[in-house]
Amino acid sequence: MKTRRDFIKISALGIGGTVALGGASWVLGGPMANLLGLPDETAELKRFPTYCEVCFWKCAGWAYVKPDGGIQKIIGNADDPQCNGRLCPRGTGGVGMYSDPDRLKKPLIRVIKDGTQSYREASWDEALDYVSKKMQEIATKHGPESIALFNHGSSGHYFTHLLNAFGTNNIAAPSFAQCRGPRDTGFEATFGESVGSPEATDIRDTRCLVLIGSHIGENMHNGQVQEMSDAIDKGAVIITVDPRLSTAASKSKYWLPIKPSTDIALLLSWIHVLLYDELYNKEYVEKYAEGLNELKEHVKDYTPEWAYGITTIKPELIRLTAREMANAAPSAMIHPGRHTTWYGDDVQRSRAIAILNALLGSWGNRGGIFFKEGIKLPDFPHPEFPKPAWSWQDTLNGRYPLAKEAVTNTIIEASIPETGKEHLIKGWIISGTNLVVSVPLKEQLMKAIHSLDLLVVVDTMPMEITGYADVVLPECTYLERYDDIRASAHREPTLALRMPAVAPMHETKPAWWIAKQIGERLGLAAYFNYKDYEEVLEWQLNQIGQSLDELKKVGIKRLPRTKGPLYIEPGSDYTFKTASGKIQLYSKEFADAGFDAMPTYQPHAEPQEGFYRLIYGRAPMHTFSRTANNPNLVALMPENAIWVNPEVANIWGIKKNQYVWLKNQDGVVSNFPVKVRLTERIRWDSVYIVHGFGHHHKPLHLAYGRGANDTELVTNVVIDPIMGGTGMRGNFVTFLKDDPKKEVES
Amino acid sequence: MRYAMAIDTRKCVGCSDCVVACQTENNVPIGFCRDWVSETVDGTYPNVSIELRSERCNHCDNSPCVRCCPTGASHIEDGGIVLVTQHRCIGCGACIQACPYEARYSHPDGYVDKCTFCIHRVRKGENPACVSVCPTKCMYFGDLDDPNSDIVNVLKNRKFKSLAPEAGTQPQIFYLV
Repeated sequence: MKTRRDFIKISALGIGGTVALGGASWVLGGPMANLLGLPDETAELKRFPTYCEVCFWKCAGWAYVKPDGGIQKIIGNADDPQCNGRLCPRGTGGVGMYSDPDRLKKPLIRVIKDGTQSYREASWDEALDYVSKKMQEIATKHGPESIALFNHGSSGHYFTHLLNAFGTNNIAAPSFAQCRGPRDTGFEATFGESVGSPEATDIRDTRCLVLIGSHIGENMHNGQVQEMSDAIDKGAVIITVDPRLSTAASKSKYWLPIKPSTDIALLLSWIHVLLYDELYNKEYVEKYAEGLNELKEHVKDYTPEWAYGITTIKPELIRLTAREMANAAPSAMIHPGRHTTWYGDDVQRSRAIAILNALLGSWGNRGGIFFKEGIKLPDFPHPEFPKPAWSWQDTLNGRYPLAKEAVTNTIIEASIPETGKEHLIKGWIISGTNLVVSVPLKEQLMKAIHSLDLLVVVDTMPMEITGYADVVLPECTYLERYDDIRASAHREPTLALRMPAVAPMHETKPAWWIAKQIGERLGLAAYFNYKDYEEVLEWQLNQIGQSLDELKKVGIKRLPRTKGPLYIEPGSDYTFKTASGKIQLYSKEFADAGFDAMPTYQPHAEPQEGFYRLIYGRAPMHTFSRTANNPNLVALMPENAIWVNPEVANIWGIKKNQYVWLKNQDGVVSNFPVKVRLTERIRWDSVYIVHGFGHHHKPLHLAYGRGANDTELVTNVVIDPIMGGTGMRGNFVTFLKDDPKKEVES
Repeated sequence: MRYAMAIDTRKCVGCSDCVVACQTENNVPIGFCRDWVSETVDGTYPNVSIELRSERCNHCDNSPCVRCCPTGASHIEDGGIVLVTQHRCIGCGACIQACPYEARYSHPDGYVDKCTFCIHRVRKGENPACVSVCPTKCMYFGDLDDPNSDIVNVLKNRKFKSLAPEAGTQPQIFYLV
């Protein structure tokens, strides 16, 4: 009999292979016993409100519980404007986060037995005692500031609260220096504020959407994907700049297949065209912006002809696309992007994007960037936090003057005795971030890890980082716990509830409980003056005239705007949140700090012969490295593949679906071989890979050894001097067709 | 009454949400699927285009799977939905061979399984799970005999195609191009 097709044909083209990931009897049980084998309609499933934690868009939904326990399905909440009742594949596949048999189950403590290190299971009491005792010891010796937190996601708040109460604010998240930091810094310098998350981008009503390296559709931030689809329906012009034919590029009227690392040249030439062809929004710029003359002088020579030689984008196409933007303005937007740490001059690229938006008049106009509004919930009452003697700002050592959030890499640096010096960090708590895959410069990270007196990891899965922990604390998944109310700002304020749909599996516990337990052991009970988190939520909601009981019934509540309209009202004035109240086309703040007041183009490193620029990105069914073991999502995409142009493959004699190892410019070889995807969608000078695969931790049974880990190949990092972002796109790889480890043995 | 589906290839991003939603709605065992996503790439860099399609059983009017079924397990329900009655299916696999769309698979429990258009939801007036979950709203489901249905409206106003029309199966999944 013919075998079943490759599981998903997109995978068949991309990475191929038959997917047979073991039986699934533990997932959903046998088929329902009616004649057609249809789901049993008579079984009324109970449902509980939640908001998703598989990525950080936090869509509100309903978790449906099977009559015999366990999660049947998760469906979006129709009232949530962030998802409109439609979760993305990761949200729908969130069931796999709960049912994953590889989940962490019990607290673990590192022990040395017969000279080898291993973990032993411990009771919660023992594990928590251990953590708090170690924290006390470190605080006594070095001060409480010597404890740092790395976090991502909902659980981070509880440990942030714990550490603030303990007396430290050395709290960092990769979401700043490894992701959106440059964007936020560039937009703040220009408009006085950034676009937040979810972004205040009015995609659904735009007439012209410009994407620069933003691959919406592969980057599955739900609301944006939905709105891009709406924009397509309404006939918006989409212009996509990408060295790869991304999904978004394939749906665009104009695809500009730019030479990688030259984006600023294109942006400057667009600014040039808008100004010198007098296409910019004169009324808006005159009313709201400062520095037009300086900008005009600055971009005088940045003509499309100049940019052509750098970007390989034809001058007429640069002019045409600038005109398309101007025709649509102010209902036009250059999307600010999100993961923007590329080449080390990323704040300036974000500045150029912000300036273009300003010239079109998009900030504050329909189809541009709207004024978001949220509602703030008061903190549950607690004593004032002690003031730390020093903080993360001190770890900057005078660098990165415009970093408004902690920089992960300087906290890591401060944890190494040679570089930490008077501000030495000795203990880490890591919550919800697999630091070894999310932060580059592995050598530095390993040095720090090996210098610590305490490393605690709180996670739901045995991610690589758990392998370095002294104590592993197993957290329950979002489907098994209460968490803070989601009160994210967007077109209208909303409140969304996450409550447990099922009891925590194994001996897992919610993060709020873990933080409270450690706090009480540290004598900080006054900061955790509640029985459980339900009490906190109830109190918070009552303060703003809402009730927990109601949210339990509806899951999400939309509240009316009270702080003014969504856009600038015609005839009214608007004061931007910059120092002068005006948009800064010329940034005095940057000039005063010793940086270029307006963006300039600097060439970046090029690949040597036989090497290709390593571009990484996202797949719609995975979130970073955190979903690589989720059974439902692994079934959709079990491994990543390296995208190679067929002409390049021809030179190398590489065949479709062949496995190769990747070696970077510093001689670092990927841990595992990766499948080749031959595709015309990628340039000849670049290769592309989806981030988050190539796990080397064996307890991740589905993820182990599948694909290549791009982070380990990112050894050349160009730090953005303005805010400390780690530019990671200056790495080049070549192909090894034979197992490099074998060569060494023979 | 004639149920059918139209899928807008201009909007589909190939995210496979339809696949995982089908799985959790219909208890499809992991490792198998009733719907899937295909990608077709045309041209050479940089003059290249792609088409993404969410695919499944075409619920054909002239269905070879029903014709070849020796036990009558494969049959056509009201509204043209092609179904397999599990307890009548002997798992011979003839229908799998006959289907030009490779839309059927052998369930580990010994019968042949495929898309049901979520008939259990449709009977309650809901859309199939894949349609209702799709973040891009690229899928339209409805009754071709109802002139006011979304699907009739969209097929009237847009160019569309079906897959493997040469097989003569009269498929009822339409791709808007």
